[in-house]
Amino acid sequence: MYWEPEFESMDREELQQLQLERVEATLNRVHMNVPFYRRKFDELGIDTDSIRSFDDIRRLPFTTKDDLRANYPYGLFAVPLREVVRLHASSGTTGMATVVGYTKNDLKTWSNLVARVLTAGGITKDDVIQIAFGYGLFTGGFGLHYGAERIGASVIPISSGNTLRQIKIMQDFKTTALVCTPSYALLIADTIKELGININALSLKYGLFGAEPWSEAMRKEIEEKLKIIATDNYGLSEVMGPGVAGECLEKNGLHINEDHFLVEIIDPDTFEPVAPGEIGELVITTLTKEAFPVIRFRTRDLTRLMSEPCPCGRKFQRMQRVMGRTDDMLIIKGVNVFPSQIEAVLLDIEGTEPHYQLVVDRKDALDTIAVHVEVSEHIFFDEMKKQNKLIALIKKRLASELGIGVEVKLVEKKTLERTEGKAKRVIDLRKLS
Amino acid sequence: MLKIKNLESGYGKLKVLKRVSMHVNPGEIVTIVGSNGAGKTTLLHSIAGLLKARSGEIIFDGQDILRLTTEKIVFMGCSLVPEGRQVFSTMSVKENLLLGAYVQYRKKQKERVRADLERIYDLFPILRERERQLAGTLSGGEQQMLAIGRALMAGPKLIMMDEPSMGLAPLIVKDIFHIILKLRNEGNTVLLVEQNAKAALSIADRGYVLETGRIMLQGSAEDLLSNKDVQRAYLGRDIDSEVELKL
Repeated sequence: MYWEPEFESMDREELQQLQLERVEATLNRVHMNVPFYRRKFDELGIDTDSIRSFDDIRRLPFTTKDDLRANYPYGLFAVPLREVVRLHASSGTTGMATVVGYTKNDLKTWSNLVARVLTAGGITKDDVIQIAFGYGLFTGGFGLHYGAERIGASVIPISSGNTLRQIKIMQDFKTTALVCTPSYALLIADTIKELGININALSLKYGLFGAEPWSEAMRKEIEEKLKIIATDNYGLSEVMGPGVAGECLEKNGLHINEDHFLVEIIDPDTFEPVAPGEIGELVITTLTKEAFPVIRFRTRDLTRLMSEPCPCGRKFQRMQRVMGRTDDMLIIKGVNVFPSQIEAVLLDIEGTEPHYQLVVDRKDALDTIAVHVEVSEHIFFDEMKKQNKLIALIKKRLASELGIGVEVKLVEKKTLERTEGKAKRVIDLRKLS
Repeated sequence: MLKIKNLESGYGKLKVLKRVSMHVNPGEIVTIVGSNGAGKTTLLHSIAGLLKARSGEIIFDGQDILRLTTEKIVFMGCSLVPEGRQVFSTMSVKENLLLGAYVQYRKKQKERVRADLERIYDLFPILRERERQLAGTLSGGEQQMLAIGRALMAGPKLIMMDEPSMGLAPLIVKDIFHIILKLRNEGNTVLLVEQNAKAALSIADRGYVLETGRIMLQGSAEDLLSNKDVQRAYLGRDIDSEVELKL
């Protein structure tokens, strides 16, 4: 089953013509409408008219998350704000999230691309689909929501959290498909078991999971526990949100919607392209975005491309599930967290030392993050009350910065391990494989 | 059917098309919209071989036609309905049509020419009525029909039309666009260049927006119609001035 067979099974030569046309039009538009890109191209002496092939594209500069932050909030928009009908944002360092916008046409494209991913994952208009992604600035909830509506499925916009209610609705509404993070799917599965509910009495058939790294072992566990077919899908708000790529029922790599996204895999150290099929950092250029086009955006996600034909008949290349990051970003409960954000908060609070450690773990299938922070001696030896007050303050500040709850533990000065002067900031105890 | 990559073209020192890539699939109406001087006619003339492009690729029916003569290109099945009709006004309607069949005569297919002539007359009954009349005595709309008929007489795989609505009364324009739609529905492939973006996009399958020799937007006609830049620039809906009026 395809959603847009004329594109999804397009032959390679036709696709490349379309990609060339679209990348050239995108370059013409950003050069004309986005001062940031015009300046950057001019500084490097790049005449956009001279970009005439996929090899030429490699001469263009990369765009990074820092560029997005530096142009907060609307600096990279290619259309006036009055043409933007939706705004989303992703977390970033203090007060500097990255903002992305969508025109009416962008929303239409977005829902179509998500509809492709959902269709590839087995969803049809007959499904009752429970969207347990957060709704809000995060692109996950709304992205999947409109894609599912586009297909004509019955959408339950339950959002994330409140596991008991999720299960009750799953039973009562006869949910056939679940959309959430893989770790939340596991939590739901375990809770169902604890409640003594017979899994066979549920109507669940499919699960589409994304927004955080997971593994084959986790897929197996979810499939066995929930008795569903689980597929992986990929997206990032900077590029669009969900709908960039998704697995078909072969469950062997995610088909990239290449008619809308031009992908490259680079060596994150040399910035040169890796050999075909080798692992490297995924770099994406949007081909049809109107409000927020990005040129050569460095996703920081590590993956490899699979160009062998897929038995499902889709002609788009696949990317292997994301294997890691090239920066220190952590994904906690689907939320992007940078250690630098935590550091900035700690530095701002009196009584804490700039020595801290983040301990990330997965308990009962849910991510937890604990911050161990060294405190100045005079506070540590003081009364409990002061300590508790400090913990509460750090927790509150971190929660408002990160948008997720964080455990805080105060430790004595010079107790955190220092290796060659540089501390190991992150201890990730989660087992993905 | 037609695939263009990085076409650069112009007149003398004047570079009109900076870098144009586009394609037309069989059975489609594809439209190029854009304001005066954007390079629309230059594009059609470059495809038709009336103007030698500087660089790039024009693949028609699997063959690079960039360096071919117009005659060869017409013979391969790519015909142009030029801007301003350009009918031979001192010749009769029938003679004009038969001139279009020039390549068919070369192929020694007189039978086919006769059948084609009948087909054109069925498509444009008014031309049958005026068969013996001098083309110069026809109205603007009739001349446009004659120009389209003449192009069809070559039995083209691709018909390119340059501003077919130009200088015609709104009612006649409607007729012409109905005919273009009918041609497509009969399996013809049409590349339509128009300043009347709204009319062109409403019958086209896909479109390209050409601005100062560059493609700024491309996509389904439906998407282009709902694009705010297209609305502002070409559909006569100036959103900025609408706001100003309210103030």
